[in-house]
Amino acid sequence: MHGFGGRFKPQANLVTLAQLKDGQSGTVTEIQGGRRMINRLNALGIIPGKKITKTSAMLMRGPVTVEVDRVEVAIGFGMASRVVVKPD
Amino acid sequence: MTKILLMGNPNVGKSALFSRLTGVKAIVSNYPGTTINYTRGYMKLGGETAEVIDAPGTYTLEPTSEAEEIALKLLGSGDIVINVVNAINLERNLYLTLQLLERNIPVVVALNLWDDTKHRGVDIDLEKLRQLLGVPVIPTVAVTGQGVKELVENIPRATSLQRPPSTRDERWATIGSIIEQVQRIRHRHHTWREHLADASVKPVSGGLIALAILAGSFFVVRFIGEGLINYVLDPLFSNLWSPVLSWLSNLMGGTGFPHDIVIGKLINGEVDLVQSFGLLSSGLFVPFGMVLPYIISFYFVLGILEDTGYLPRLAVLMDTILHRLGLHGYAIIPNLLGLGCNVPAILATRILESKRERFIAATLISIAVPCAALQAMIFGLVGARGIGYVAIVYGTLFVVWVMLGFILNRTVKGFSPELLIEIPPYRLPPWRMVLQKLWFRTYGFLVEAIPIILGAILVINVLYILGVFDAIANFTAPVVTGLLGLPKEAVTALVIGFLRKDVALGMLAPLALTSGQLVIGSVVLAMLFPCIATFVVMFRELGWVNMLKAVGVMIVAALVTGGILNLIL
Repeated sequence: MHGFGGRFKPQANLVTLAQLKDGQSGTVTEIQGGRRMINRLNALGIIPGKKITKTSAMLMRGPVTVEVDRVEVAIGFGMASRVVVKPD
Repeated sequence: MTKILLMGNPNVGKSALFSRLTGVKAIVSNYPGTTINYTRGYMKLGGETAEVIDAPGTYTLEPTSEAEEIALKLLGSGDIVINVVNAINLERNLYLTLQLLERNIPVVVALNLWDDTKHRGVDIDLEKLRQLLGVPVIPTVAVTGQGVKELVENIPRATSLQRPPSTRDERWATIGSIIEQVQRIRHRHHTWREHLADASVKPVSGGLIALAILAGSFFVVRFIGEGLINYVLDPLFSNLWSPVLSWLSNLMGGTGFPHDIVIGKLINGEVDLVQSFGLLSSGLFVPFGMVLPYIISFYFVLGILEDTGYLPRLAVLMDTILHRLGLHGYAIIPNLLGLGCNVPAILATRILESKRERFIAATLISIAVPCAALQAMIFGLVGARGIGYVAIVYGTLFVVWVMLGFILNRTVKGFSPELLIEIPPYRLPPWRMVLQKLWFRTYGFLVEAIPIILGAILVINVLYILGVFDAIANFTAPVVTGLLGLPKEAVTALVIGFLRKDVALGMLAPLALTSGQLVIGSVVLAMLFPCIATFVVMFRELGWVNMLKAVGVMIVAALVTGGILNLIL
């Protein structure tokens, strides 16, 4: 049920939202998912090019909370593992 | 008649604006997905009456949940759209605005939560925004009513641009350029609310905050509920109403058919408000004396939790656990609503994205989440035997909730999507709104419950007199007595549970049950068959095939749990 970033190939300087540290900021570079997932994330303002700050993450692959455009969004761990970010 | 639609992202204040425009009270809360169906009202527009529809919140016109589908369908039937936009977060809200502007429908934009822009450090160039969008843009504060008059004046100026259809990327690019021209963000420091907001979604501090809030809520619900019973309703009934009933009972001769229906049976020669089961004794005391106090206290506390914006944070904390039950964190909201009444709770499962989740959530709610009316009776009757027994009832239902969810997650086919929600900022609850919502819900309880309670009591008495209950009792004795260890007469309560659970639990009172039997009776009653109102809403929301499946699960789960309790207690 959870995908944990199996599709993400590590590249220099890039991490997933799940890997980003609490309090760290970065820029979204890519969303590795289907059209539906991209639509849902876009609707909440998570779009390539956007500045994003990770607020916290729950234990045991729980949801990741981020701030984007002054709004807080909670994202399931699987999805967060498919959002690629370039940390500042 | 002109049909005006209120459309916008979730939790931007559409319902608050709707109430301002029409005077119709809609439930307003601080979390996305409060409105899961549309509400209709009317307003004056230039001497004529116009219909106003409060649509469920949607981020896009490409729906991803049932609530969003409803919003899309409504769009086809409207004449004018008031697009309610969150001024704090133009970037994301404008996506829907652009989609609306591509449609052949006049649009006016309400830039709501305008008062927040100052302290959130957001400067918006209104003139420029109007110019770029090409439609009227009116700043509003729906909660206080600021700007609403101007908005109404501008409804006739709504413009249909019917921009050429564009792709997702083109829309985001357009938004980027609009934002660049109209919005300036000033840097500012975190406020205490924001620090608290961060703390409540971190694992350790968040867990502690959740425990404190849930324990505090439970304490306050009990405190207010018990307080109302002990200091207001009990004295009222025993000092004022009981003497009237005694007098009336004497007048009617103390026995006979009319007496049994109106006053009920005398217990030890006196009218007993709980056990007599007449229309004027139990028929009034159960709803007003026992249930109403808890309805008031529960919905008061729930309203505050809803309006502060805490619930989505609880959803984040509960997500990992709820995934094991085939749901995601946001399903905590319908489940909490179920502690008030299962009917709105099952409707609220529309905020969940997949059919599978909705089936699991609705089944769990109808089986293992007792409504406030039933809980009030559990506190009243089981609580009288000791609070430990109440704890056994709640503990059992909680274990059933978890285990059943675990089993359903393993057996129900399909896919449960992941949590993805917007978390609103904390707000101090607007007291006028909290009280208005409390009144709205309490009134709803009175209007819907009282006729059914009185009807149920009438039916019970007639069936008793006709001897129907004896026949059922003898027929079901092997299950009720053999499996559950209850006297065979207890089946009447289980049957009446189909009408009202509170009345049904009251029927166990005269049976002289042991405390263990009372616990078993309460648990089985809570789990077996939802009340008729819940039944109807399950049928409508799930379809009859899934409803029958849920009922099957219900019967098996109730009998197994009751049987196990009978072995233990």
